[in-house]
Amino acid sequence: MKPALSCLFVMLTCAAITLFSAPVFSKDTQLAFISSEKDHAIAVVDLKTMTVVNSIKTCKRPRHMQRLAGNTQMMVACSDSGKADLIDLATQKSVGQFSLGEDPEIFDISPDGKTIFVSNEEDGALNIVEAGSGKLLKSVKVGKEPEGVKVTADGKTVYVTSEVANMVHVVDIASGKITKNIQVGKRPRRFALSNDGKELWVTNELDASASIIDTATLAVTATLKFTVPGVREADITPVGLIFSKDGKTAYVGLGRANHVAQIDIASRKVGKLALVGKRAWGVALNSKDTQLFVVNGLSDDMTVLNTSDFKPIKTIAVGRVPHTVVIDD
Amino acid sequence: MTRFNFFVCLGVAACALGYTPLLAAQASNATAIRAVTIAVLSRADDDKLDARKIEAAQLLMPGGAPQDGLAIAIEEADFELSEKKLSIKLQLGSAATVEQAKQLIAQAEKNGAIAIVTDWPLGLIQGVANQTKLAILSTRDTSDSLREAQCAANVFHLAPSQRMQNDSVAQWLVQRKWPKVLLLAGPEAADQAQTTAVTETLKRYGLKAVATRPFKLSADPRERDLANPLLLTGGIDYDVVWVVDNQGDFARQLPYRTALARPVVGSAGLVAETWHRSFDRYGAPQLSRRFLRTHKRPMSGSDWAAWAAGKVVLQALTKSPKVTGETLKALLAQADFDIDGFKGTKLSFRAWDRQLRQPLLLTDGQAVLQTAPLEGFLHPTNNLDSIGADQAEKKCKAN
Repeated sequence: MKPALSCLFVMLTCAAITLFSAPVFSKDTQLAFISSEKDHAIAVVDLKTMTVVNSIKTCKRPRHMQRLAGNTQMMVACSDSGKADLIDLATQKSVGQFSLGEDPEIFDISPDGKTIFVSNEEDGALNIVEAGSGKLLKSVKVGKEPEGVKVTADGKTVYVTSEVANMVHVVDIASGKITKNIQVGKRPRRFALSNDGKELWVTNELDASASIIDTATLAVTATLKFTVPGVREADITPVGLIFSKDGKTAYVGLGRANHVAQIDIASRKVGKLALVGKRAWGVALNSKDTQLFVVNGLSDDMTVLNTSDFKPIKTIAVGRVPHTVVIDD
Repeated sequence: MTRFNFFVCLGVAACALGYTPLLAAQASNATAIRAVTIAVLSRADDDKLDARKIEAAQLLMPGGAPQDGLAIAIEEADFELSEKKLSIKLQLGSAATVEQAKQLIAQAEKNGAIAIVTDWPLGLIQGVANQTKLAILSTRDTSDSLREAQCAANVFHLAPSQRMQNDSVAQWLVQRKWPKVLLLAGPEAADQAQTTAVTETLKRYGLKAVATRPFKLSADPRERDLANPLLLTGGIDYDVVWVVDNQGDFARQLPYRTALARPVVGSAGLVAETWHRSFDRYGAPQLSRRFLRTHKRPMSGSDWAAWAAGKVVLQALTKSPKVTGETLKALLAQADFDIDGFKGTKLSFRAWDRQLRQPLLLTDGQAVLQTAPLEGFLHPTNNLDSIGADQAEKKCKAN
């Protein structure tokens, strides 16, 4: 029994080393991966034909996913299993798992790829976990139901939202201490950080808004309100948020308003809106920022839009309660 | 883990327990911490909270005293309370009579309580409402009359009204295209009042009561017509049986025993619940699990209402740390005061009857099939107001 276990351990560590350090083989698979909370699987969509071509079995209740350094693998956080699953993008197979603690939801990865920061909904904690081994390095008590997690480019600070305390916690990674609590709107969900790191955006699901935080002063400098013609404020529940690579445009999934919004970052003006599926939340862009992918949590599908004219191209059924989409093009 | 201890206080003997957020305690050397008292008043000799009943965790039944739900809300607010240098003290007490209730209210006022959270029934609330200026947050009573003719300006309803429950079920029948309803009415006074209300709901939604038949829990052969499900549901055609049974024992035995193969709704079968452990959207599982972990039982509808009462008071406090028992009512009544009830949308109090507008869960006890208002039931200002008495129907003169 014992030797077998330690073997497994070595295997996991090996897997971790490969994935968190060097890019080895094939990437750019021209595929989209969508986690499905209720199917315990990841739907695979061919970006050329826009059809589902595979379903990858993964751990229980997969939610947030991110590609790892090197782009050959992605990490999936499974809330019910309390685990991270590592999926090789080329073979579409799980190549290793490690513990993330109870009920992980959203995570971010340190710039060196060695550390995972994960919000632990049940415990009201930000857990800092060693990538690969799953060893809990630190647990920082934050407000209940932490959700969005974002690490700064210098790897020194991590921001966490608390859906219940309506706060953004600023955590100093070295000391594991909260240095500031920033009051934002009701039920803050996800983050986006500007390329220069000066601006942090957070969506407020129950305030139909996004708060814009100056990372130098750690104060909310502006609040962006979303309106959709013919939709009441109560039904505008923004969650997913992403910035274009040129730092000019933001995209926000407006939840039960069933729309996605295009925002000009410099002027802070909401531009075009596009009708997508029900409870539009997870959003992602392709590498050239020409296509936007919106995951619709209540209609169990994903809408693909052209960013040039902001028109939907296709909506694809992708499994029950889809959560996050990762594009590998 | 919650740092809470529960004391059982019998009769009118009220007792207090303190809750100081961890961080606030650590920061106590800086600015003074304001200790705020909330009076949590329950029913003495509550037969619905008998240990066996709680174990059964039946639909539409309470699961425990209001402090259970409140404890979760206080724990959730830990961070915000410590930021604002606030700590919460609970004054617990229970009453069986209006006299005892009045004494507890007087004690709460003497203690400088900011609000009263209570699961008292209509009679007790009505008996004390005019005696106090404090806001009374009601977590269990669903009677329409307390929101209408017998209303009081300082009573805020976290539990849904029966009218809201009735409308929710009716919307389901409309959506299913099941217009023909056989109505079975229970013997209690509450059943009679609700049957009248259901009849009105049916009319409003264009549904038809093909017959209304009284039932009785009885083994007496002479009362067979009143007690036998086959006889009660035979000799007539209908799409659905709507049973009104506040006590619940008859209703729970009715599904699958009807003369025709038709579903049962109302007090059993498909019911409109305030909360259910199987609700899996909008962060609901996390809240349910937090409750289960702390109290070792599932979170019931009245537990949710008590938790929501806590959210209301604590949010008012963290938004306006200087708020007092005198000023709280006005704050809660503001149109822009709303809470996150983990039901996917902001919840606020209706101006005309102080009822918290909220989605209800249509459940058979195994899964939440839908939340009401159902899609397609619209309202000119807020779709949540399509369930429950609307502004134009206002009967409360106090607000």
